[in-house]
Amino acid sequence: MTEYKLMKGNEAMAEAALIAGCRYYYAYPITPQNEVVAYMAKNMPRVNGTFIQAESELAAASMVMGSAASGGRAMTSSSSPGITLKQESISYMAGAELPCVIANIMRGGPGLGGIAGAQGDYFQATRGGGHGDYRTIVLAPDNAQELADFTVEAFDLADEYRTPVIILADGYLGQMSEPVVLPKPTGKTFEKPWAVTGAKDRKQNIIVSLLLHPENVLELHNLHLQEKYERITQKIRRYETYKTEDADWLLAAYGTSARIAQKAVDKLREDGIKAGLFRPTCLWPFPDRELAECASHCTRLLTVEMSHGQMVEDVKLAVNGAIEVDFYGRAGGALPTVKDIIARIKNYEHSEFTHVQAS
Amino acid sequence: MNYPTEEIIIAGFGGQGILLAGRLLCVAAMRQGRQVSHIPSYGAEMRGGTANCSVVLSAERIASPVIDMATAVIALNGPSVAKFEPRVRPGGILIWNSSLCKKILPERTDIQSIAIPATELSLTEGTERAANMAAIGALMALKPKLMTENHFSAALDEVVSERNRRYNPVNLRIMQAGYEAALAIIKKN
Repeated sequence: MTEYKLMKGNEAMAEAALIAGCRYYYAYPITPQNEVVAYMAKNMPRVNGTFIQAESELAAASMVMGSAASGGRAMTSSSSPGITLKQESISYMAGAELPCVIANIMRGGPGLGGIAGAQGDYFQATRGGGHGDYRTIVLAPDNAQELADFTVEAFDLADEYRTPVIILADGYLGQMSEPVVLPKPTGKTFEKPWAVTGAKDRKQNIIVSLLLHPENVLELHNLHLQEKYERITQKIRRYETYKTEDADWLLAAYGTSARIAQKAVDKLREDGIKAGLFRPTCLWPFPDRELAECASHCTRLLTVEMSHGQMVEDVKLAVNGAIEVDFYGRAGGALPTVKDIIARIKNYEHSEFTHVQAS
Repeated sequence: MNYPTEEIIIAGFGGQGILLAGRLLCVAAMRQGRQVSHIPSYGAEMRGGTANCSVVLSAERIASPVIDMATAVIALNGPSVAKFEPRVRPGGILIWNSSLCKKILPERTDIQSIAIPATELSLTEGTERAANMAAIGALMALKPKLMTENHFSAALDEVVSERNRRYNPVNLRIMQAGYEAALAIIKKN
């Protein structure tokens, strides 16, 4: 029999990190992701790993950089304002091509904002976040099970592409307890000949993010990074579709918003209205071609977010004007409602109907 | 069996085992193959104010763990009655702790309002800390599809820490007392 455990999303993610072989975790507490820190403090000794409650978010992210540079599987987590503070190191690690996993259990902003879940950090996560021309892989789970599964995958992706990977989930997913089957280790191993492990009987490894000489070295490095991002974009296409095959009305949403949107699809279908859901499970690279394909036979698309419209920009880029893209969002800790989504779609259905009559 | 989706809010003050009661409902349902979600309130709660959690139990995938209007509310103190009575769906259930709610009483007539002396039932077993169990018992009487006594006992063993598991026979008896009290009220009506 499958052994389900009732776990908070935060705890499921923390345990999954240990399963994935994460042995270095550094963080500074912040609601609504504190359970990750608490879980790691309690359980890291069990696997002989290192846990440090750092003096600040900046320090925690810098410690991750150190462990990653020496070849360890390292992770930090925080919530929105804390992730902002970590951007310096994230940019450095992107530049120095250091693999690591960073979880952002988002709360409402801007500023210190509130402590309830939100999705206002989509731009920050998918556009790099720190300074410079870089991207990070951004995985977007929508339940505790995926928080666990995606975390295991995140460590492999980080090592495979030598890049920071972000897990982007809202505070509701972190706080909510759900049945979870803990994932198994993937068994994949990655050679890290570049790591700083003590240069005994080999050439010295130097890991830097400052490139000054020769004159064109930084341009070449940037071209190399862009080539890598292109490879990632070709390879990573992650999304889920729900009842999209015959849909007239397509919803696009991720995380908690997607759960609510899926419920709306079911309710609309009960009333004979053909709605479907496209859910990206990776936000960068964004599954643009796949979304466009899905939307090609739909009449209109509605993006639902716990923000005032961020992913909707990627959705618009994806469909490239082929169909009308509308937006519905609530922020500051509030959740979109099934009722509101249904009202929107029924309104589309109604206006389409009257339009047909008039012509 | 056809399981209706239940959206249950449990509220009281800190130390009444609010979160544990919620987890117990979840584990019992999870072991019967249902989808469950449990989310604690973690807002800027006042000291001495209410603690609460929201539990959703369903045969289908759960959209949102956050409850607007509940199918049932368990309110273990006065402030919780005041805060959550308005959040019971018309026709829904309010189980309230008549041992502690002396000044603030439920007012609505469009819901099933069940007064259970939960703290007193707990005290008959020599503890005041198991009012949550009496309330769960009452809920089981009102919603028989939730779980059987066997489900309850198994879930209790799972959610109570090893250190406190020795109190489970007491917890079971207090649950049964709450069950009987609710049954008596249902029969009288």
